[in-house]
Amino acid sequence: MIPELGEVALILALLLALVQCVLPLLGAWRNNAALMAVARPAAAGQFVFVALSFAVLTWAFMTQDFSVAYVAQNSNLSLPWYYRFSAVWGAHEGSLLLWILILNVWTVALAAFSGHLPPKFAARVLGVLGFVSVGFLLFTLFTSSPFGRLLPAPSNGMDLNPVLQDPGLIIHPPMLYMGYVGFSVAFAFAIAALLGGALDDDWVRWARPWTNFAWAFLTAGIVLGSWWSYAELGWGGWWFWDPVENASFMPWLIGTALIHAQAVTEKRGGLRAWTLLLSIFAFSLSLLGTFLVRSGVLTSVHAFASDPRRGVYILIFLGVVVGGSLLIYALRAPKVAGGKPFALLSRETLIVIGNLMLTAAAAMVLIGTLYPLVGDAFHLGRVSVGPPYFGSLFILLMAPVVLLIPFGPFARWGKADGTALGRVLLIAGATALFGGVLAFVLGGDARAILGTVAACYVGAGVVLYARKRWREAPAGRRYPAEMVGMLVAHAGVGVFLAGALLTTALSVERDVRLDPGQSQRIGAYDFRFEGVHEVRGPNWTAQQGRLTVLHDGAVVAVMHPQKRVYSGGQVQTEAAVSAGAMRDLYVALGEPLGNHGAWALRLYDKPFVRWLWFGGLMMMLGGFITSGDRRFRARRMRAMPVPGTATLAPRESAA
Amino acid sequence: MHPVRKRRLIFVGLILGAVALATGAVVYGLQKNMNYLFTPSQVLAGRAADYRTFRLGGMVENGSIVRDPHSLKVDFTVTDGDRTLPVEYTGILPDLFRANQAVITTGRMQGGTFVASEVLAKHSATYMPKELAEAMAKAHAKHHVVMPATAGGAP
Repeated sequence: MIPELGEVALILALLLALVQCVLPLLGAWRNNAALMAVARPAAAGQFVFVALSFAVLTWAFMTQDFSVAYVAQNSNLSLPWYYRFSAVWGAHEGSLLLWILILNVWTVALAAFSGHLPPKFAARVLGVLGFVSVGFLLFTLFTSSPFGRLLPAPSNGMDLNPVLQDPGLIIHPPMLYMGYVGFSVAFAFAIAALLGGALDDDWVRWARPWTNFAWAFLTAGIVLGSWWSYAELGWGGWWFWDPVENASFMPWLIGTALIHAQAVTEKRGGLRAWTLLLSIFAFSLSLLGTFLVRSGVLTSVHAFASDPRRGVYILIFLGVVVGGSLLIYALRAPKVAGGKPFALLSRETLIVIGNLMLTAAAAMVLIGTLYPLVGDAFHLGRVSVGPPYFGSLFILLMAPVVLLIPFGPFARWGKADGTALGRVLLIAGATALFGGVLAFVLGGDARAILGTVAACYVGAGVVLYARKRWREAPAGRRYPAEMVGMLVAHAGVGVFLAGALLTTALSVERDVRLDPGQSQRIGAYDFRFEGVHEVRGPNWTAQQGRLTVLHDGAVVAVMHPQKRVYSGGQVQTEAAVSAGAMRDLYVALGEPLGNHGAWALRLYDKPFVRWLWFGGLMMMLGGFITSGDRRFRARRMRAMPVPGTATLAPRESAA
Repeated sequence: MHPVRKRRLIFVGLILGAVALATGAVVYGLQKNMNYLFTPSQVLAGRAADYRTFRLGGMVENGSIVRDPHSLKVDFTVTDGDRTLPVEYTGILPDLFRANQAVITTGRMQGGTFVASEVLAKHSATYMPKELAEAMAKAHAKHHVVMPATAGGAP
């Protein structure tokens, strides 16, 4: 009985979503305050019912109600409670429900914190979000309800895919979805602005904190996903250019372009049309990401059992959203006025170049990801696009962006001072040269030198700008949140680059065969294999290896990699990672060889690998800090302060 | 020329140049990194002759897996029901690699042997990658090939 309540709650949520979509948009159009006022209560009501539905599914997992087909497929009597909890979004149906729940969280948050918005605008924004919700609720109810029954109920479930039984997977999807879905808010702001026709720049200022917030979550989601695949897939890699990773990376690239373009639009009125377009694209790519991951069109670890109806539905929904919003854009955007003029050498130009490169990178990833599908559809053969395509092109496209990062904050809006930028180039270049020489002397290869150079260069830019603000800006206004966020995120780019390139260059990776008692030297470490014995977990048994790692004769780590067999019969490699700020040691069990206890082992020494995730987390933090800037909460921006010193206007802050 | 117009012209030129450059790089990158999937029959029929690196897909033949006793070298045979091709690989095989299971390997031909640099065995006992299932079905319309269920089942 209880599972049916979940279904009923979803239907009620759908009705409220329809109300939230239609009435406020109508009200904004007909200038009817009563209709517009419906938006907030409808959003709140929808949230209550979606949350109820989600709670019902969670309850079904907690009580192991195997008469619910979705529970039977993704849980098991021996599954620990915390994985039963995350199993709610362990497959297609539940993850859609999570999508909808998170959309409702964003909507309710927006309804609560939009008191400063003009009523018409707020009504339109909530109406657009209602539309998105209607689309997803229809999809869930008609093609992917998680509440379908399985009668007679099996006595036990099939178990959650063991790859997903990892702490990282408890929070990775919610973080990622917070980001994906968060872009729907930026999208709703853009569409509301287009519908209203009032394309002044206030809407951008209101949209900025939300966009930065969503971007920060998406960053966190991607970092977690990368860390999870490193720890869980047993290969020791941190990025595979897998279609599913690409699906989350494309909205991130466009989102990164968007948060910079928004800054230009808000402060200078420039790039208005471009900002609108990016808002539409960021959300469209989020939808496409959901489509790619959930429809099963691409063969990948994340592709769930495919059902053609789902694919067709999402394609239609995607078509309506992208086509509809581009149509509105085409009708309204020509009215968009240009902003203040800017010189060839200005902060605007730098941001435009960065935007172009990021967009090009997103397009490149899109082409590479979809090419196998297109090739298949046109019978060009069954192809896969190898990771080198993505890797080499991405580096090519991003190198100019990295080169520009230090100049961004120094270049003034409108017209930048060439000599000031030259000085920055000189100092950052000198620091980079010093770092490069140091790396060369220490014996790194080309990539290690490049990583050090890039990190020093970006880092020098950040430090220089922080110093400049400290010396030149009036006390108390030195570091507004927006600027701190920018500096932290840019520094994060430097840390990420150092980590990514150094770990690629310096990692020592060996697959070896070891007998018990035998040692293998990896880099500066001796891995001694002590043998394998059996251990038991709640829903698995494992062959657990024991390795002692020595450095100059002293034990630095004892590691226990596992080869698990889950109750469903699936085999899963659990790598053992000895984490450290400067290096990770990583061991994965391969397979038993012969009858004398010998095993194939994968042994890694991975210096600096944590840095790339730490850099990613710094970017995330930057996004959160920026979205907290008090300036965004002002109803109208008036009284632009008179530019202060000759070199620096107080308002001239982060890009 | 009017300075505004001149600036615009420079921007448009920059964008067009960048687009041309990016398109060229994408086309070149795709050409270099596309890996076609073939079955042993197709390879032996010379279909893969134009490609240095390609993917070989099929089933691991029963009883064909031979481990070298002193290293991580392993030999096995991939079959599509019609023809077979010996494969050589050095390294750790994926968890789901076993006889009578679907496998996709990436590598190149050396003599009559396919030397693999990567071996993928996907996700569960009842799962065969869709593209492989279709490729094999096409090659063997005339035979009855015992294949695992082709539908999802994968997580």
